[in-house]
Amino acid sequence: MAMKLNVNGSVRDVDVEPDMPLLWVLRDELNIKGPKLGCGVGLCGACTVHIDGVARRSCMTPISTVGAAKITTIEGVGDSVIGKRLQKAWIDHDVAQCGYCQAGQIMSATALLQTHPKPTDAEIDGAMAGNICRCATYNRIRAAIKDAAGVAVA
Amino acid sequence: MNAPANIAPSRRLFLKTGLALGGGLFIGAGLTDAASADDAPAALSAYVRIAPDGIVTIASRNPEIGQGIKTSLPMLIAEELDVDWKDVRIEQARVDTKVFGFQYAGGSTAMAQNYDHMRQVGAAGRAMLIAAAAAKWGVPASECSTAAGVVLHKASGKRASYGTLATAAAALPTPDFAAVALKDPKTFKIVGQRVGGIDNASIVTGKPLYGIDVVVPGMVYAVFEKCPVFGGKVVSANVDEVKAQRGVKGVYIIKGGPALDGLLDGVAIVADSWWRADKARKSLKVVWDEGPTAAQSSKGFAEQAAALSKQPATLPVRKDGDAKAALANAAHVIEAEYSYPFIAHAPLEPQNCTADVRSDKVEIWAPTQMPAPGLSLVAKTLGVPEANVTVHMVRCGGGFGRRLLNDYMVEAAAISKAAGAPVKLLWNRADDMHHDFYRPGGFHYLKGGLDASGKLVAFHDHFVSFGANNEAVKFVSSGGMTGTEFPSRVVDNYLIEASLIPCGIPTGALRAPQSNALSFVLQSFIDELAHAGGKDPVEFRRQLLGAPRVLGTPQTDPFDTGRMHGVLDLVVEKSGWGEAKLPVGTGMGVAFYYSHRGYFAEVVQASVAASGAIKVDKVWVAGDIGRQIVNMSGAENQVQGAVLDGLAEALGQEITFANGRAQESNFDRFRLLRMPQACPVEVHFLRSDNPTTGLGEPALPPVAPALCNAIFAVTGKRVRRLPIDVAQLKSV
Ligand code: FES
Ligand code: FES
Repeated sequence: MAMKLNVNGSVRDVDVEPDMPLLWVLRDELNIKGPKLGCGVGLCGACTVHIDGVARRSCMTPISTVGAAKITTIEGVGDSVIGKRLQKAWIDHDVAQCGYCQAGQIMSATALLQTHPKPTDAEIDGAMAGNICRCATYNRIRAAIKDAAGVAVA
Repeated sequence: MNAPANIAPSRRLFLKTGLALGGGLFIGAGLTDAASADDAPAALSAYVRIAPDGIVTIASRNPEIGQGIKTSLPMLIAEELDVDWKDVRIEQARVDTKVFGFQYAGGSTAMAQNYDHMRQVGAAGRAMLIAAAAAKWGVPASECSTAAGVVLHKASGKRASYGTLATAAAALPTPDFAAVALKDPKTFKIVGQRVGGIDNASIVTGKPLYGIDVVVPGMVYAVFEKCPVFGGKVVSANVDEVKAQRGVKGVYIIKGGPALDGLLDGVAIVADSWWRADKARKSLKVVWDEGPTAAQSSKGFAEQAAALSKQPATLPVRKDGDAKAALANAAHVIEAEYSYPFIAHAPLEPQNCTADVRSDKVEIWAPTQMPAPGLSLVAKTLGVPEANVTVHMVRCGGGFGRRLLNDYMVEAAAISKAAGAPVKLLWNRADDMHHDFYRPGGFHYLKGGLDASGKLVAFHDHFVSFGANNEAVKFVSSGGMTGTEFPSRVVDNYLIEASLIPCGIPTGALRAPQSNALSFVLQSFIDELAHAGGKDPVEFRRQLLGAPRVLGTPQTDPFDTGRMHGVLDLVVEKSGWGEAKLPVGTGMGVAFYYSHRGYFAEVVQASVAASGAIKVDKVWVAGDIGRQIVNMSGAENQVQGAVLDGLAEALGQEITFANGRAQESNFDRFRLLRMPQACPVEVHFLRSDNPTTGLGEPALPPVAPALCNAIFAVTGKRVRRLPIDVAQLKSV
């Protein structure tokens, strides 16, 4: 099935089966390697991208359901003010250990701040609970989100 | 893994300097056994280039798995060289044992082994640059100083940047290490600061850094189906049917050998996209010869352990005094059975490797903690000379000990050879969980004897582990005890003995191997003994530690009771132990553990609801890894991660086996910690006057027993099996 995808602001042609997940279209067809495979079944968030601004697990998103929606990956999230601010906060707080989960974490955090500019701890828990960090950098992820949002770090 | 703490004292650092490729100063340093300074070093532990533009490039020789070594070792060189950190670039070194020696990530060893040497390398470079400037200006070197990549001569006001001096310095004789002065640590500008990870900017923008991101021209994608029973063989497979699936380019039955850490039998599906290969797998039907491990199960292990516990142990580990007699005479005897499960490593990046096998050369891109043994394994399995194999290290999406083994590397090579093309092999999560080298489970049958005053007079552990009595190393990998575990050497009558269950399940090192399990058992049981004797758990531990002294010798796993007192006192102070007024249903637990040359004491504050649900409120950590923390930011991150990792193990991790197969396949049943459970972890370092040692592991072991001890403080219920069974804690 041939289709046009709107990825990080540019239109890309792909011709794949309708059930191919967006993750694999991005990674192997379009060579966009930021979204990662962690679990493949929606349990870890390593593959998180935005579809029309909403955080989605790309490993569980058949390409046929994407249509003309705007896809944003970690490679493009820095084009938004909030995404850029979060990337900076991640560097300032030296969040990453292995770093493998962090693209997904930043995508989820960006979606959170887009709808909740001043999130509470409970809202951070809710938005980030689907993103596993195996290295357990959670203390710093929370601090970086609060810093980027301009809310006081407890 | 337990690698040696220090390099043999007979080895010394050897320096090699000269003109760098493209101009500037090259400094290589390595360790050598040779007596003569003219002999080439056996291996380069450092590799530095100062270019004419002043940029300093430092090769990072070890794999980066998230432990931060790519940042922290170069910090030491840059400090003594006296350059601005912003002028430092770091390159991942290639894998070459002849040049770089054994390159690996494991055992929290890198800092202990390299701290002094990296400083000397930087200091030698600085001395050469000063000498070049002094010669140029005709002034004594002793009148010159340096600051941020510049040599200064105060009296004349002359200054020259390192870049402009580098090529001249390259022509000078190599200085003698003994004559090179090191900085006073009080003047450090980089070491001890909070320095961000060198790859941070690439990580937050999604740059392709990891094994899974590698792209090689002409590459195809592979999945590899192995027998769900460890070591099973392929009898037959419906190869033609699978070949007909969309995108599939080849289906190969791969014949492996008997070693569980080598190439095993399996069926490889190669396709034009990974997803298509993985999808085609659903149509794959393999007839397996499952082999003898099919008879093994977690339930069977528990039954065998219970039976063995009633028989005399078969393997002596350590015997001090006469524990059995002392128990017979003790005022109180406390008995308890503890156990913990097998668990998986589950690094977030599934195992993967890209291999390009040609007739005359083999090229590998692998996320591995042990590249050189992987290279040898590939060469041996494929029957090619090691010289024809190149391994490129790529950043690892987590290691935790899983990537000490290179099974996925040899699989990728075998599949590339069969397919006649470069292949990227990627496991899915179920592959990763079903084919790990698990932290082995274990069972402990403990007896402690107290005298009338509550003093510990006898300690006996009958440890039922896995292994075979007829092997040279009887315990399976990471399933042993050394007999030096605390309270070893502080109780007169101490007996550790073991019995072994045969095991066909592959095991291996998981972050803080052995300690991650033994700490739970020993530090929980010590808590039981404290309560049985009517003592405060901190006070009881202080009495056990006794006067500050070093137990054992450098050869027998020394333990400095004074250092442990230090971290215990510090964590007591910071947590408000015994003083904080806690709400009903909330309590604190304490534990300490010595592992990987680090001393750690931790206090957990947790609450338990009537439903049994546990909420960990906070963890306080006090650690002593010597006089210098190299990178404060990286160090705190490691400690917080290790502590939360340990909590995750206690709260939700278990791999169970049935019919020789792992039953858990993904993060639904094998649970990693998530944001809502991640409590604040407050980290304090005690700077004792001891050599700087590593930090990847030693913060992990105390947290599980500290949590279980907190649960006891709240509920009066003793957790003796991991993972914690919440139903057992229910009070309604
Ligand atoms: S890979 Fe998509 S949620 Fe884990
Ligand atoms: S930094 Fe390693 S998984 Fe999050």
